[in-house]
Amino acid sequence: MNSNDRAPSGLHWLGSFAVLCALVALWWIASNAGWVSRVFLPTPQATFASLLEGLNLSGDSGNGELLAFTQATVGRMVEGWLLASLFGVVLGAAIGVSPAVRAWIQPTLEFIRPLPASALLPLAISIFGLNPGMVLFVVAFGAMWPVLLATVHGFAAVEPRLAEVARCLQMSRAAYIWKMGLPNAMPDILAGMRLALTIALIVAVVGEMIASQSGLGQAILLAARAFRASDLFAGIVLLGLIGFVSNALLAFAEKRLLRWQQP
Amino acid sequence: MTEGRLFRWLRPWVFPALLVGAFEWYARRAAALGSDALAPPSAAAKAFVGAALDGSLWQATGFTLGTAALGLLIGAMLGIALGLVLGLSRRAAQLGSVSIEVLRPVPSVALIPLAMLAFGFGVRMELAIVAFATFWPLLVLVQSAVQQIEPRLLEVSRVLGLSARERAFKIVLPAIVPRLFVALRLGVAVALVVAVTVEIAANPNGMGYAMMIAQQSFDPALMLAWLGWIGVVGFAVNAGMVLLQRTVARRMGVMP
Repeated sequence: MNSNDRAPSGLHWLGSFAVLCALVALWWIASNAGWVSRVFLPTPQATFASLLEGLNLSGDSGNGELLAFTQATVGRMVEGWLLASLFGVVLGAAIGVSPAVRAWIQPTLEFIRPLPASALLPLAISIFGLNPGMVLFVVAFGAMWPVLLATVHGFAAVEPRLAEVARCLQMSRAAYIWKMGLPNAMPDILAGMRLALTIALIVAVVGEMIASQSGLGQAILLAARAFRASDLFAGIVLLGLIGFVSNALLAFAEKRLLRWQQP
Repeated sequence: MTEGRLFRWLRPWVFPALLVGAFEWYARRAAALGSDALAPPSAAAKAFVGAALDGSLWQATGFTLGTAALGLLIGAMLGIALGLVLGLSRRAAQLGSVSIEVLRPVPSVALIPLAMLAFGFGVRMELAIVAFATFWPLLVLVQSAVQQIEPRLLEVSRVLGLSARERAFKIVLPAIVPRLFVALRLGVAVALVVAVTVEIAANPNGMGYAMMIAQQSFDPALMLAWLGWIGVVGFAVNAGMVLLQRTVARRMGVMP
């Protein structure tokens, strides 16, 4: 759209950062002056100290666990997301490529779409028990829907003339999927995968909280129960960072992969 | 002719009926082998009727829907207000951009422990998290809606010498109404998902907790009944919002 005239110059970045710094300063004042009880709002320096200690960056102790927790959560999120993307695209292509199958199955998919992914946790617990595989299953299942529905939609929206061309060329179904369907559905699929990544992080955290699998979700829940507010905030900061970095990486990849679409 | 219509009306139900049938068969076989982790859908339907008759169904559903609606109201009002400001003033948008990009990706569920600490269990913690989760999508969508307003409308408001308040209520808000309802539709979906998630993870109230407690007390029939009911409620609420959004768009003269 109008991305050109909105590209921020150096000065704008500086001003924008100044606003962020002002917000942190406000946090500092609010917690240090005791406007908000420190039981739930630790000071920024305490949060930072917890972060350093947890990540073993402060030098002295060396038994911080935040790094391992972060790895566990990121691993769960990425594994679940990759599984979700794979199954979402494969199933979506299988359903989307045939109008007949679409007519039979799509209403069911639309019905399941608004179901919260976390609502499957109790069912998964009673089927699989409390273990890492169960959480991974729910992460993958919950994150699969946006990809699946986006793929179906992308296949359904293929220009009819392209489908006619494929018929004239007597392309096999596999060739049609590979050469026309998938490239056509690519923008939809990537948008779905981006949504899926957000869902994967959320479900991974909820799964860790409920099934007490080690990870950031469990870490922040335990920190809150023990009234260790600075550890809680350190965990929230890390989760925000995970969300930020993964989103930025995917936005970058999306721009690269869809470059051929731009005129 | 009528046969074709009947066929088209029946077609969406075939696949779910097959799924439910397969699940019924599988669960009955598992139960015969001595597993109590699953229940056949027929037992779930019986449990559902029981919950509907003793009132627990309506009470929990009311709690979840009410909290989600109130949280959405808070989050949407704040999001729309800030979105209007950021959409109208390019400088404000530039100044706020880094803060928003840093705060927005924080997953809403990460705030569950914090809200627990600050508010304890109950309505307020769930409200806070739903409001946080719905605030960001509304902010972003309203901001982009305002930025896409026909520039001439804003010029007219300047020529007429409208105050900022009048400009917001007489020009900007009516101009973004169709897009606002698209944003609200998304907000409703987010609010419902987040409310159920908070109840499953922590808050001992509402539909999510009812399902969790059914699982923990080894009542798979009731758990499945809740799962199905949550699905039905989510579908109905979303379908209602789509209908509302289309009606508003048509009334405002936008082709759907």
